[in-house]
Amino acid sequence: MTTETGTAVIQVRDLRMRYGTRDVLDGVDLDVHGGEVVALLGPNGAGKTTTIEILEGFRVRSGGEVTVLGSDPADAPEAWRARVGVVLQSWRDHKRWRVREVLEHLGDLYAPYSTAERPRPRPVGELLELVGLTDSADQPLMRLSGGQRRRLDVAVGIVGRPELLFLDEPTAGFDPEARREFHDLVHALVDAEGTTVVLTTHHLDEAEKLADRILVLSGGRIVADGSPDALARSVSSIAEVRWCRGGERFVHSCPDPTAFVRDLLAHDDGEVTDLEVRRATLEDTYVQLVRRHTAQEESR
Amino acid sequence: MSTTTQPFRAGLRRGWREFLISLRNPEDLTFYLFWSGAVVVYLFLNRTTPVEGTTLTLPQVVLPGALAAMVVFGGLVGPAFALVIEKEDGTLLRMKAAPHGVRTYVTAQVVLQSLGLLPLLVLIVLPVALFAHPLMHRGAGGWVAVGALLVLALLATLPLGMVIGAVARKPGQVSTWGLLPVLGMMAISGIFVPITALWGWVQGVAQVLPMYWLGHGLRWAFLPDEARVLEAGETWRVLEALGVLGAWAAVGLLLAPRVLRRMARRESGSAVEARRQERMQRFG
Repeated sequence: MTTETGTAVIQVRDLRMRYGTRDVLDGVDLDVHGGEVVALLGPNGAGKTTTIEILEGFRVRSGGEVTVLGSDPADAPEAWRARVGVVLQSWRDHKRWRVREVLEHLGDLYAPYSTAERPRPRPVGELLELVGLTDSADQPLMRLSGGQRRRLDVAVGIVGRPELLFLDEPTAGFDPEARREFHDLVHALVDAEGTTVVLTTHHLDEAEKLADRILVLSGGRIVADGSPDALARSVSSIAEVRWCRGGERFVHSCPDPTAFVRDLLAHDDGEVTDLEVRRATLEDTYVQLVRRHTAQEESR
Repeated sequence: MSTTTQPFRAGLRRGWREFLISLRNPEDLTFYLFWSGAVVVYLFLNRTTPVEGTTLTLPQVVLPGALAAMVVFGGLVGPAFALVIEKEDGTLLRMKAAPHGVRTYVTAQVVLQSLGLLPLLVLIVLPVALFAHPLMHRGAGGWVAVGALLVLALLATLPLGMVIGAVARKPGQVSTWGLLPVLGMMAISGIFVPITALWGWVQGVAQVLPMYWLGHGLRWAFLPDEARVLEAGETWRVLEALGVLGAWAAVGLLLAPRVLRRMARRESGSAVEARRQERMQRFG
């Protein structure tokens, strides 16, 4: 079974999660299509991890409908597990095993679910190459550095050649180079195997680089859903224009910077220097969004 | 490849691999050598001590009880600690994320904990056989009986050990709620002190617990008939031994799947993370 590009891989309607009297998720709707990379963004406590754990089938929801790869993750069969890959935060398991041993053993579990399109498991050699752990293949896990450990987690996540991959803060603890290599790896998976990816992250630049679509979660709801570009436009259509003139700095905010700059340069007698036009970045958008919704929550 | 037997075969391989890993681990080797060494030295120092009322020596009479103590202790405490630690470090969650991973994990635990007792048994029985001659009075049939009793003892203890590990939230709880009762059971089960030397009600308690009965069964399998004068009532009660061990096995096998399923259902990334936070606070 392979999920075709464009079909719904995840469908969530009115998802609710309640701990005691506190609603952590308060009516979440979302769709993820085959081959898409979707980033879940949100402040701490917004419900990102709860959402992803419900989708992974690790947590039972309080209400709503959830379909992931055609099954309800709360009671999905084991064959469903074989089609889903999971990379979580803070794993310290299998300390005394060697890298190769862990990948061989966990790969074994996927063998009965091999298909012509998705041969399972992925060969260990190929896997080590992909995540850059070939030289550490015979190291016990407890001797790996934080970054290597994370690469191993990613390797385990994709050992079964998943159709859908969940990544929870995948690059926490990576240096910039390792982060870029990881981004290349995700792009390669998506391009070569049509893997659908759902990730949570704190890094806006990461979401911007990786994701086709960003969902912003705040106060237990999805408050924004769109491509990084569309998001930046939807919230703030105002741009900032900065320039210098006669040794003085000027800043001006306006909705139509092109017209403003044309006018500015037409009447400046050649005195304007250091002209800079800055569109709202994703970060501006995100901060505004979260602030706006937190304010609404508080006023309710 | 069949998907129904695959988890069991993968579990056998996983258990075997974990066993090999433990054999290359210095801490585990030290553990084996220390405990077997302690028992062997004690028995060696008392190798000529006669046992009153019989023609036997102390090592011959004590060895079956010592084996019983080790098997029951290892069968209960071993999986309990393994489970609580591997819940905390995320091993169990890792397995849950793979198809049939929890079933594979549980199978592997049974294999690992059973195999893990072998080095200890071998390191005790072989040297003791050299100075406590003869160790086995009932020939090949006696060894078969020993093997069967050990299997029954594992059935009576491993599932319950897993239940303790599954219910405990942190290793400290296994130490208090798991380890202490087992040590208490060891004290009253006629391993170190003949059970007939204890108060009546303590004898009653001991005779509900598996350790006394495994010791009794093993003494019956190893020793000549005359040794029955050392037992409560001066008689062999093999059927009772099988009955009590069987009852514990039944309780464990009924309880374990339910408790393990419940435990597996609750595992999630945030559960592991919460325990990690708690652990970091514990160690400041």
